[in-house]
Amino acid sequence: MQATASYKIFFIGDSAATIDFGNIINEEINKKAISLFNYLSQHPLEGTIEAIPAYSSVTIYMNVPLLRKKISPEKKVYEWITKELHKIMLQDLEDTQPEKNVVRIPVCYEDQFATDIHWLAEQKNISHQDIIRIHTSRQYRVYMLGFLPGFAYMAEVDDQVAVPRKAQPQWILAGSVGIAGKQTGIYPLNSPGGWQIIGRTPLKMFDKDETEPCLLKAGEYVQFYPITKDEFEDHQSRSI
Amino acid sequence: MSLKIIKAGVFDTIQDLGRYGLQYLGINPGGAMDRFAAQAVNMLVGNNTAEPVIELHFPSSIFLFEQEVMIAIGGADFSPTINGEEIPLWRPIITSKNSLLQFQKWKQGARCYLAIKEKLDVDKWFNSYSTNVKAAAGGLNGRALARADVISFKEKHTYTALLNNGDTLILPWKADILWSETAVDRIAVIAGNEWDWLMEESKSRFLTASFTVDSLADRMGYRLQGRLRAKGNGELVSSAVSFGTIQLLPNGEMIILMADHQTTGGYPRIAHVASAHLPMLAQKQPGDKIYFRLTDQQNAENLLLLQQQHLLQLQNACTFKLEEFFHTAHAYN
Repeated sequence: MQATASYKIFFIGDSAATIDFGNIINEEINKKAISLFNYLSQHPLEGTIEAIPAYSSVTIYMNVPLLRKKISPEKKVYEWITKELHKIMLQDLEDTQPEKNVVRIPVCYEDQFATDIHWLAEQKNISHQDIIRIHTSRQYRVYMLGFLPGFAYMAEVDDQVAVPRKAQPQWILAGSVGIAGKQTGIYPLNSPGGWQIIGRTPLKMFDKDETEPCLLKAGEYVQFYPITKDEFEDHQSRSI
Repeated sequence: MSLKIIKAGVFDTIQDLGRYGLQYLGINPGGAMDRFAAQAVNMLVGNNTAEPVIELHFPSSIFLFEQEVMIAIGGADFSPTINGEEIPLWRPIITSKNSLLQFQKWKQGARCYLAIKEKLDVDKWFNSYSTNVKAAAGGLNGRALARADVISFKEKHTYTALLNNGDTLILPWKADILWSETAVDRIAVIAGNEWDWLMEESKSRFLTASFTVDSLADRMGYRLQGRLRAKGNGELVSSAVSFGTIQLLPNGEMIILMADHQTTGGYPRIAHVASAHLPMLAQKQPGDKIYFRLTDQQNAENLLLLQQQHLLQLQNACTFKLEEFFHTAHAYN
């Protein structure tokens, strides 16, 4: 990362600070955020609790009473953290960018699981097969996790399949693969949700009993590939 | 030897001070809504402040203690009784085997905390015992307490020398709670990054008018009645939010994010509640009126520091009183 990288620091209340690289969904900007997140995870500042990467920002949580004690009670934590973050931003963070990791995810796009695929096909005036071909034709970057444990926000889908989310959230089953605007994502748990559902994966995106409970991490890439209903069921029975 | 749930409350869960370090995976911290009360009741029974407690809503569960225990109850006042006799809040209480703890009538507040010196043997998920209902993890099987649930205790203490059979002993000191829900009449907030997206008239309305907590108010967030107006319709990509973040929805309504908030959000953040005032906010319930006042980073930090000092003093006092009490009690054995 260049020392000249433009960013802004603002606060999320008295106990968290956000470094924002530009309020935009953009791969290069997101890489900066992930680099900073990786740096902060590898070199945690004493008195901070955790860092959270998002599309174009990283937020750092702080233990204010502990920090006031550490940096002397007269000093203000918000001034201290601002200074510390500026110092970190002067460094070259490029090498904290992880190796490109592509996770292949099987999706069954058959009607039973793809509750909104016909609607989408009609809206966009394309066939069911076109949607599958287009959705599986490229790799998607995992920009961030949020909303639910392990819910990965991925982008960007081709304009030919980009559709707005539903006006009213519906009950969505775990594994459902959806589209919202130019984003695509997988529901890790049963949940109300507004994304348009075009298929389902038999993979467990979230497993509370694993030491790494989420299948995906921010900064990784996903390649979807189509499977039949039989393959879906076969996969499910194998993973039990 | 254990604690038995005779009747389930509306939503009672095991909570501690939260599960931090997993928000990058979309796993939120959760934890007690009123952290001040949760810590204070633990101090009263001589526990570590991070020990899991039971967070109760009203109507609350009915509990049967199958061994002698020392408990403390604080936060909301739901008129607790043991074997039908009223017991006070914010005091250590020792009670006999087979005591029945009930919460009879709502008096004030929204969330009541029960700490037990014998310590609840519940599930730890990553670094916390807090119940994460969405992930179905932590606490008691990752869910709210249900009828016939049994929670074992980690410790056993004998208080028989202090109790006549069937007795309940209320120890003669009370935590001095400055930070109760009535302590201030205005919730301090710090301006959020999108504060200036509000029309001037809405800014002043936010800081002068009262806002009623809507019926949609739970551990995830409080919706407020009344609307504010934004200048344009700017858009935000999702980024991290926090316990206390006040979001402005597209229809002008406000939502204050509470302990079980999502890790990220994309609505304008008009303000953030000062951490020291979150315990008071946690005791608000539908129909309550909230007033806000603007403060700055420095004052919010100072408030938090004062609260922390108050808790430390309380902890020292509790430790001293408990030691003194047991020393004297043993002397008479």
